[in-house]
Amino acid sequence: MNENPVMPGVTINENSVTYWEEMKRQGYSRRDFLKFAAWISAFIGIESSGVGKVVRAMETKTRIPVVWFHFQECTCCSESFIRSSHPIVADVVLDKISLDYTETLQAAAGKQAEEALHSTMKKYKGEYLMMVEGSVPTDDGGVYCCIGGRTALDIVKEAAEGAKAIVAWGSCASNGCIQSSRPNPTGATPIHKIISVKPIINVPGCPPIAEVMAGTIVHILTFDRIPQLDGLGRPKAFYSRRVHDTCYRRPNYDAGLFVNSFDDENAKRGYCLYKMGCRGPMTYNSCGVIRWNNGVSYPIQSGHGCIGCSEAHFWDNGPFYQRLASFPGFGIETTADDIGLALGAVTVAGIAAHAVSTNIKKRKLINAEVENGQSEEKGGE
Amino acid sequence: MARVVVDPITRIEGHLRIEVEIKDGKIIDAYSSGTMVRGFELILKGRDPRDAWAFTERACGVCTTVHALASVRTVEDALGIAIPPNAELVRNLMFCAQYMQDHVVHFYHLHALDWVDVVSALKADPKKTSEIAQSISNWPKSSPKYFSDLQKKLTAFVQSGQLGIFANGYWGHAAYKLPAEVNLIGVAHYLEALEWQKEMVKVHTILGGKNPHPNYLVGGAPCAVNIDDANALNSERLAMLSKLFEDGQEFIEKVYLPDLLAVASFYKDWGGIGGGLTNYLSYGDLPANGYADIAKFKFPRGIILNRNLAEVIPVDGHDVEQIKEFVTHSWYDYSVGDNTGLHPWSGETKLNYTGPKPPYNHLDVKAKYSWLKTPRWKGNPMEVGPLARLLVAFASGNQEVKEVVTSTLKTLNVPVAALFSTLGRTAARGLETKLIATWAKEFLAQFIANIKNGDTRMFNNEKWEPSTWPEEAKGVGMTEAPRGALAHWIVIKNEKIDNYQLVVPSTWNASPRDDKGNMSSYESALIGTPVKDPEKPLEILRTIHSFDPCIACAVHLYDEKGKYIHQIQTF
Repeated sequence: MNENPVMPGVTINENSVTYWEEMKRQGYSRRDFLKFAAWISAFIGIESSGVGKVVRAMETKTRIPVVWFHFQECTCCSESFIRSSHPIVADVVLDKISLDYTETLQAAAGKQAEEALHSTMKKYKGEYLMMVEGSVPTDDGGVYCCIGGRTALDIVKEAAEGAKAIVAWGSCASNGCIQSSRPNPTGATPIHKIISVKPIINVPGCPPIAEVMAGTIVHILTFDRIPQLDGLGRPKAFYSRRVHDTCYRRPNYDAGLFVNSFDDENAKRGYCLYKMGCRGPMTYNSCGVIRWNNGVSYPIQSGHGCIGCSEAHFWDNGPFYQRLASFPGFGIETTADDIGLALGAVTVAGIAAHAVSTNIKKRKLINAEVENGQSEEKGGE
Repeated sequence: MARVVVDPITRIEGHLRIEVEIKDGKIIDAYSSGTMVRGFELILKGRDPRDAWAFTERACGVCTTVHALASVRTVEDALGIAIPPNAELVRNLMFCAQYMQDHVVHFYHLHALDWVDVVSALKADPKKTSEIAQSISNWPKSSPKYFSDLQKKLTAFVQSGQLGIFANGYWGHAAYKLPAEVNLIGVAHYLEALEWQKEMVKVHTILGGKNPHPNYLVGGAPCAVNIDDANALNSERLAMLSKLFEDGQEFIEKVYLPDLLAVASFYKDWGGIGGGLTNYLSYGDLPANGYADIAKFKFPRGIILNRNLAEVIPVDGHDVEQIKEFVTHSWYDYSVGDNTGLHPWSGETKLNYTGPKPPYNHLDVKAKYSWLKTPRWKGNPMEVGPLARLLVAFASGNQEVKEVVTSTLKTLNVPVAALFSTLGRTAARGLETKLIATWAKEFLAQFIANIKNGDTRMFNNEKWEPSTWPEEAKGVGMTEAPRGALAHWIVIKNEKIDNYQLVVPSTWNASPRDDKGNMSSYESALIGTPVKDPEKPLEILRTIHSFDPCIACAVHLYDEKGKYIHQIQTF
């Protein structure tokens, strides 16, 4: 037992605590723990035979120190994170990491907050996880975001040096989001364009789904390695399927049943929102699978099209209520990597191919809708 | 005399820096600075006005929805769109859910640690804790075993040496006054509230598809009603809304409010600290009969000057002489000179950082020192937020508000003057949450009654197509964000946004001095605040957090004669 440097008078237990020990301490039974491990396994896509591995990993891992930065952002990522819904997540996952610096929640402020940050960066050099919410302004020497008198650019570079890995939360940190959209007045830049020497996990979305955030952390903690990523650095578990391909309204698309105006008779029947500008066909995210706030709903279910908030440059892909002229449709087994980055410049053949592959009987109808849409859009401009 | 800098101010939204001068244990001078900007309005220029709600909603993810609401109202004001009663009710329900969640999160997760000493809770007697808890509320989680188990967990957490978010707090500071048992209750409810808040926001998920950042719609609300279909708002969805509001109200009545009163009773001296400005502004909100009928707002609109509760002065966003913004101490240039105020419709700002080169130790507070501009109403600084709303409602003769205010003052045995303080601000937030939880149920009942009567309309599509719009239109949309008066101004030309501006609550409160050298709310409220230990300025956090700062930049940027002009505001 040692004197505690940050809380004088309180002793430190030298033996680090495992997830299992901590869950016991929090009153969870072994059964609860095994259920939690199984849930986590299922969540991050591990086959049932791998659950044992998860259990063992969680019995032996200590709490990993985490520093969480806020730069050019709106804090929606932090807010989403605390919505994480599995009963155990708020009690356990938040306590499983040691969140040593986060401007949103930490008790300390000013000098004491900076000391907590630097103490972790020094003590756990090479071991701590760095999480970033927000983009970093790079114009004019970075004066557009300063914390403690230092630029975000300066801080991010220093902290990245000793980090084990970096998680770029949300669209701001992973692709620049709103402040980097036309004309990007402050030179807002995503983390992967500033830091190249560390593994970076991009978790886009405005914000990302709470369980996607929690799932990403749990994956790292459980396996001591970062999840499999796609070509854009996103965890495959959560970003390999288009919203369109996992949408419960998809059969309406395939059948050529569309909402023509908000609140019309078709809207009241939950038809496809493609004609209202839905970006589901070009958006890779888990909204259709995990849904939001413990599976309550997701934008399309509540009557509004997807705005594509996890895709790079989605703000410049509008107007939001203008239907997509075309989008790639190579079947639901296709991932973002196969299609590449050509999403913004797809060929007209794409949607026709999609129509063919989805429903032969409705091909004519869908093609007619697409052609109609294209001519309407041309007329509109 | 000591210069104390607190940067970052934590447990807020955004980036805020406070510099104060302390003499003889009291703050004699204070400077508030927003240190981050993004560039919203330049980005908005040229876009489809119907998309603006999504852009502006991203000004803040903590009080998510409020900018979206201000934005759709702004566009509807410009284009003359009246929305169906159900859509107004849906917006009200989302508004209520936002306040209920946000105010509870503020109290427990952003503000409580200024009053609750987590380490002291380790010494509490669980039996006594249980007795106290049961004496102030019949909330079921209050047994000696419950508190004893929690204490064990807390002890183990602290002994692990990895203190996470509790590391380096001002624990043991002489300004902490709660008995160990009340501290333990505070910690218990900190954790319970964290679990609870994620339920409350499901109202947004049902009506707007997700939270944070649910969807809004110019002309109404996107969620269709069909009680005979699985794919729209039906009886299951309505029942879920009802349950969420019931449970939400229970937590507010049985946990939040009793805790607020218990904590306040130990810190009555803070009813005489942190008063600051004497003017209060509320735009009002929660229309009970449509947004056009201001007289029927649950929160009335108006201004109180010099704490004179006998008179409520009207405020008008369309009047270009009323609300103006100054950049005397902000990092911008005005072509008309930096000491002239401009109404948001004709405002101009050129972003021009003239502060010290980072890394820096101190700002040059005699010159420009913030990314926030300084808004004024007819030249007067205004406090906005829960206290302003409550005072305007009180002075307007709102009986519900009068009752809760009077009974609370009586319970705490403090005079009316105690409202004008750090404690008054924190109490006002709780009291309005209580009222909103009641009003939410009224709105839901009205919504269900409308559906029962056959009215399922949710959207007015008459002006949806841009071809139906006039060549040029101007609008103002006002709302009350949890943090205070929020308004957007728009100019639409040829179906596109020509100019879009936001004047947000924390700009009123956190802004630097104006052209005459007058302070805004934060700076003014800090003057006279005692600081026992300049190395651990807990008292600064108390007063600043009582405003619930939300500093993410809402940036005004627009193009005039081919040159980019930036008007930056911080929220």
